[in-house]
Amino acid sequence: MSSYPDTVAGIATALANGEFSSVEITRHYLAKIAEFDGLLNSYITICDDRALHDAKMADERRARGEAGPVTGVPYAHKDIFCTKGIRTSCASRMLDNFIAPYDATVSERLNDAGMVLLGKTNMDEFAMGSSNESSYYGPVLNPWKTSAVPGGSSGGSAAAVAARIAPCATATDTGGSIRQPAALCGVSGLKPTYGRVSRYGMIAFASSLDQGGPIATTAEDLALMMNVMATFDAKDSTSIDHPMADHTDSLTKSIKGLRCGVPKQFFNNSLDPDVAKTTRAAISELERLGAICSEIDIPSIELAIPAYYVISSAECSSNLSRYDGVRFGYRCENPIDLEDMYERSRSEGLGSETKRRILIGTYALSSGYYDAYYAKAQQIRRLIRDSFTTALESVDVIVGPTSPSVAFELGQKTDDPVSMYLSDIYTTAVNLAGLPAVSVPAGFVDGLPVGLQVIGNDFEESTLLQVAHQYQNVTDWHTRKPPLGG
Amino acid sequence: MEWETVIGLEIHAQLATDSKIFSAASTEYGAAPNSQASAVDLGLPGVLPVLNERVIEMAVLFGLAIGADVARSSVFARKNYFYPDLPKGYQISQFAEPIVTGGKLEIPLVDGGSRTIDVTRAHLEEDAGKSVHENYGNSTGIDLNRAGTPLLEIVSEPQMSSSAQAVAYMRTMHQLVRYLEICDGNMQEGSLRCDANVSIRRAGTTSLGTRTEIKNLNSFRFIEKAIDYEVGRQIDVIENGGDVAQETRLYDADLDETRTMRSKEDAHDYRYFPDPDLLPIQISSEYLEAVAARLPELPQQKRDRFTAQYEISESDAALLCDDLRCANFFEASVRSSDADPRLSVNWIGGDLFAALNRTNLSIEQSPVSAESLGKLLARIADKTVSGKIAKQIFDIMWDTQDEPDDIIAAKGLQQVTDDSAIESFVDQVLNDNPDQIEQYRAGKDKVFGFFVGQVMKLSRGKANPGQVNELLKKRLAS
Repeated sequence: MSSYPDTVAGIATALANGEFSSVEITRHYLAKIAEFDGLLNSYITICDDRALHDAKMADERRARGEAGPVTGVPYAHKDIFCTKGIRTSCASRMLDNFIAPYDATVSERLNDAGMVLLGKTNMDEFAMGSSNESSYYGPVLNPWKTSAVPGGSSGGSAAAVAARIAPCATATDTGGSIRQPAALCGVSGLKPTYGRVSRYGMIAFASSLDQGGPIATTAEDLALMMNVMATFDAKDSTSIDHPMADHTDSLTKSIKGLRCGVPKQFFNNSLDPDVAKTTRAAISELERLGAICSEIDIPSIELAIPAYYVISSAECSSNLSRYDGVRFGYRCENPIDLEDMYERSRSEGLGSETKRRILIGTYALSSGYYDAYYAKAQQIRRLIRDSFTTALESVDVIVGPTSPSVAFELGQKTDDPVSMYLSDIYTTAVNLAGLPAVSVPAGFVDGLPVGLQVIGNDFEESTLLQVAHQYQNVTDWHTRKPPLGG
Repeated sequence: MEWETVIGLEIHAQLATDSKIFSAASTEYGAAPNSQASAVDLGLPGVLPVLNERVIEMAVLFGLAIGADVARSSVFARKNYFYPDLPKGYQISQFAEPIVTGGKLEIPLVDGGSRTIDVTRAHLEEDAGKSVHENYGNSTGIDLNRAGTPLLEIVSEPQMSSSAQAVAYMRTMHQLVRYLEICDGNMQEGSLRCDANVSIRRAGTTSLGTRTEIKNLNSFRFIEKAIDYEVGRQIDVIENGGDVAQETRLYDADLDETRTMRSKEDAHDYRYFPDPDLLPIQISSEYLEAVAARLPELPQQKRDRFTAQYEISESDAALLCDDLRCANFFEASVRSSDADPRLSVNWIGGDLFAALNRTNLSIEQSPVSAESLGKLLARIADKTVSGKIAKQIFDIMWDTQDEPDDIIAAKGLQQVTDDSAIESFVDQVLNDNPDQIEQYRAGKDKVFGFFVGQVMKLSRGKANPGQVNELLKKRLAS
């Protein structure tokens, strides 16, 4: 076949129609990975043998008449999800040698659905970063401009989907790590409601904020992925048992009359003027589709960044304590005693951004500082949650930019952590509030993609995907392909 | 100088669940190292804790039993510190919002009185693993079987004023947790252990002195000896013009002394914060009522009932109720016999305990069941056998587990109660011993016992001793 479909829906339909086999489409993607990923660096581990084996199994399953909606469709898996028998590194030297003895719930569900694992994608170390530059395996490049970052932390997943060397990918979002790289790479990404996708087997960065979700080119593909990824899971105590419809059900419904709130706080002076203009244009497009847009006020949202960095760092400082060189992962050479083993294993095994966060978090939780930092940040978190829920009483969704700028240059912000942290200015508040949000391609500034963020109420993923799909019906930003890729 | 001792205990009770507090791994003691450590217990990347709901019920039972406040919402917190046998680098515990607050425990005093000790709080937490220093050369082995074992940490107010009171408190708590069946109380295996906070102050003063904490005491004797040693040491320090340093100490049973383990300067900042992986424990009124309905009879209630219902002495009631299994054994033996309950007490406290001690068995391992013992006592009560023969039967029951009636029938041990048969034994004895009759009649009363003995011997123990007495008296009087 000369040209293959490059969406989940397209591949699934073709597989169902017998136009090609899963083995064939898998070979196609493996070949494209081999061709483009040497430069792009979006994968940490490529699973050729397993992918072909799984593809064969998927074809056999289809032959038996037991194929599900996405059986045989290849995907890329963020290297933060544990995969039995395959290295799960979290892009850290610490876990460079870690082969998980068990599957994350998400990995298990993707396997059970018959999807084919192409490989594990690059990311910021332990998902801490907004540019994918903190990976032990080197930065991922932005396929739109190889001197620019792809965003982070799910930079590998976003870049691989953008370059069409994976039709879709898993990702995780603690403060914007799905939406921001999706925006910067010109693809679609959904951060579900906290508790919708199981965190079991998803290596923890900040437990109260981490949420897995999909990255794909279209909203429809996100819906197909969500149908597989989302579930109540008794193995995750923070998983929520809430009724869930098929995410594709509402895609084709009109958004006429949908109330869209545009927070004035989102269009502040942190926002690049061209990105603002592009975002406004996308909002106008929604109005043309019948949405009723109005400016709204979400007070206290400016406090999101400091609150987020206190809470996420505090949780990370504790979550990463298990990397001590004792039971698994990196251990320094010839430790002279226990202290030395702890110090050097962690100093050598963890990267500088990760260590910075551990230090911030340790400080914020220290006796005498707890009330001023952690307790205060939790209060702010409640305020932010309340601001959003109040706003969402009068509007159905909240729309605005995903990122204050388009992709920035590699190295531009690595020496200035605060400016790096500010790239999450429109995303972190959503994690603090636990709400779902989607980012979809909404145009370009200087040849680089801009993302439109749509935020919804708890468990309103379907509404977000409906808005995104309706928008994609009348725009073609999501179909544009970057210069690098297939 | 007169000194007063002030002691508070932090007791760790291992909750008697089949599986761990946050994983499905078994809690059984003594398995091969690391054979009972799941991915969760190992703290592998990505794993999450899921609360074993049994521990909530156990903690609530305990709270209700000591009249404490059971929190409608309590929170798990992370206690952060590095240690090789602490897999996650933090222990999941409770800190600011424990499940049980307040409560009281009445303890017996040596003078026969009692006093009430206030319980500050009790909270749920997971145990750590074990570091094994033997057999690994310069390295240390880590066994994570114990990691994640559920513990209830019970903290008392500093109210005990002697090692004897501390031991009495520990014993009372030991008894309580076993009555509640929330802990097996096996101190040797570490199922129940405590840390003792000890300080001294001048008699008559009210402010607390600087305390030291003696870690990990796992026997009543060690508690007593460690506290006694530590009190003596603190007195020496102060009387020699020094100050007691606030520190953590370890009791060395071999040397019978405590020594510094960690000074205050080395104390950790545990950086407690609510564990984001776990939801708060929510307890509804309905749940509380349901657990309250399952609250068993507590030791004091049982002792009171025993003295009233069975008309046994307070000391006998205390003896039986010390161990719930013993109290249950007693009641089961009484149920299957219409003998005087006091006969059960005597047999349990006498022959049964002696046999159990001799064979190193616990009462629930007794080869003679409570029901069988009851049947034997019924045969004493209905005069089928004498107490002396019953002891023989008991020994046979111990060895064979046969029922007493079968043994009596098979061995022909039925007591002779037929007057004419006993008369013939009496006559024979009197005929054979004319000299002794002379002595008796001359006023030597002691000879009566000789006649009884001879008659019993002749009947091979089966003659009813009461009837023998009666008939002998009648004959000798005539």
